[in-house]
Amino acid sequence: MSNDGVDNGKRRFLTLATSAVGAVGAGFVAVPFLGSWKPSAKAQAAGAPVEFMIDKLEEGQMVKVEWRGKPVFVVRRSQATLEALKNSTLSLKDPESTNVEQQPEYITGVTRSIRPDILVLIGICTHLGCVPQHKKATEVEWGGGFFCPCHGSQFDLSGRVTSASPASKNLVVPPYYFMSDNQLMIGLDKGAA
Amino acid sequence: MTKLAQLMEWIDARFPATKVWNEHLAEYYAPKNFNFWYFFGSLAMLVLVNQILTGIWLTMNFTPTGEQAYGSVEYIMRDVEWGWLLRYMHSTGASAFFVVVYLHMFRGLIYGSFRKPRELVWLFGMIIFVLLMAEAFMGYLLPWGNMSYWGAQVIINLFSAVPYVGEELAVWIRGDFIISGATLNRFFALHVVALPMALLLMVFLHIVALHKVGSNNPDGIEIKKYKDENGIPLDGIPFHPYYTVKDIVGVAGFLFIFCFIVFFAPELGGYFLEAPNFTPADPLKTPDHIAPVWYFTPFYSVLRAVPDQQLGVVAMAASLIILFFLPWLDRSKVKSMRYKHWSFKFWLALFIVAFVVLGYLGMKGPTPMRTLVAQIATTYYFAFFLLMPWWSRWGATKPVPERVTH
Repeated sequence: MSNDGVDNGKRRFLTLATSAVGAVGAGFVAVPFLGSWKPSAKAQAAGAPVEFMIDKLEEGQMVKVEWRGKPVFVVRRSQATLEALKNSTLSLKDPESTNVEQQPEYITGVTRSIRPDILVLIGICTHLGCVPQHKKATEVEWGGGFFCPCHGSQFDLSGRVTSASPASKNLVVPPYYFMSDNQLMIGLDKGAA
Repeated sequence: MTKLAQLMEWIDARFPATKVWNEHLAEYYAPKNFNFWYFFGSLAMLVLVNQILTGIWLTMNFTPTGEQAYGSVEYIMRDVEWGWLLRYMHSTGASAFFVVVYLHMFRGLIYGSFRKPRELVWLFGMIIFVLLMAEAFMGYLLPWGNMSYWGAQVIINLFSAVPYVGEELAVWIRGDFIISGATLNRFFALHVVALPMALLLMVFLHIVALHKVGSNNPDGIEIKKYKDENGIPLDGIPFHPYYTVKDIVGVAGFLFIFCFIVFFAPELGGYFLEAPNFTPADPLKTPDHIAPVWYFTPFYSVLRAVPDQQLGVVAMAASLIILFFLPWLDRSKVKSMRYKHWSFKFWLALFIVAFVVLGYLGMKGPTPMRTLVAQIATTYYFAFFLLMPWWSRWGATKPVPERVTH
């Protein structure tokens, strides 16, 4: 290496190489900082399934059950409501529930339920996460369902979102199954341990 | 030489105390025609100091956990000596901050203070505005009332609209599958440490940039054009003592109103402190009528006006981002409203109406009629900025004076 004259090419290379290695190092250092924002083991463990008895649930009535800190709506629908859902005149964004993220695979059709009369939904608006209010079929002229007070999203009594709503997706159906005729297990698929 | 002068000399040889004092106060020449609208910059500094001081004192008794946060705020209000006053100064200060900042920005809008060469002053200011919104939003979660809880739920869920990773992003921000103590605790850290530091840094840069280019004035002309033999602008006066004294008058007027609210109407009819926030957070029940605090409502209305979740979020973000581009949207030959074509005042008046209407609607529940009005106002809000390159050039401007008028 000569003492006179500067090899600018080598300088640029060394500057670049140092910067690149430094940036990689900074990237590694960022991992624990960003990762520490993820749910802790404690938060993850809080997601146990819950049981719920539906024998006291009357026709048209809704009960809120807490699962993973979220409200789960359980509604017993009348025959008239099921007929109305089948022949719905509402304009819906996803009437056939084609968005597979919004329900387990065993939930199909207009009723979006295992048993037609029992509706189970996560009571969190798919728009921005408020808890929609239950409106009975007899209460409102649009056939009843769920109305979100925050931004005015409307869902029918199968949790399907109407076209005029700011929400784009139907309400989520959680995994659940019937342990017996009147006993509901929310948070688990049938057969899962 | 006196002892004091000797001490100053000793310091100046080691630290540029006198130099900084002169450059930024005693020999910082500001235009001599500042009017009422020029109070709000220094008032924003005053409120910042108020927030930092009262905030530090509040942390001494606040407990940032899901179980104890609500109770500790009540403890501050009832049992801590002078706790009620510190808390009301802080909560009123939050709204006051937005009042003075909105007026400060409006001043920039009417006198063209964002125009060349002050683009960076405006950009630093806009970053301050966005940081301030984040600071206010996170601060609002801390009392852990039901509106705190559901307000945070709505805003954090905005991020779940991001394609593909949205849901995970929202979980990452919350630190839980729902808003929980983990969310509260990290918001506390950001609210009291990270964001205030970022704010102070940006305020510093805002002022450094301003003092490099010099203040604008109601005539929107450069005072540096005419200088005396010492290089001092003929229309400039030293910031200190002239404007420090003027600003004290503004401070007195401001504190008169501020103290009235703190002592006699700290909730201000539900506008500064919302009624549902006097019940503890309940993850299973959204308040019947949920609305953000007044200073967020114009942007919240934009969000609601769009009947699609992702586009709504995009529109709301755009309504903020578009403000950053103001220096390049205004193409008028003159800076100040005083010398612009009369049509500027017309478009501006409509803009004020649209902004206030959006703010009003954001506090109200949604109905089809209100949604329609919000959609019209939102459309105008965007049209005002997006069409500015055309309408700002339209019509004849008035002759601009060579020297400031007063």
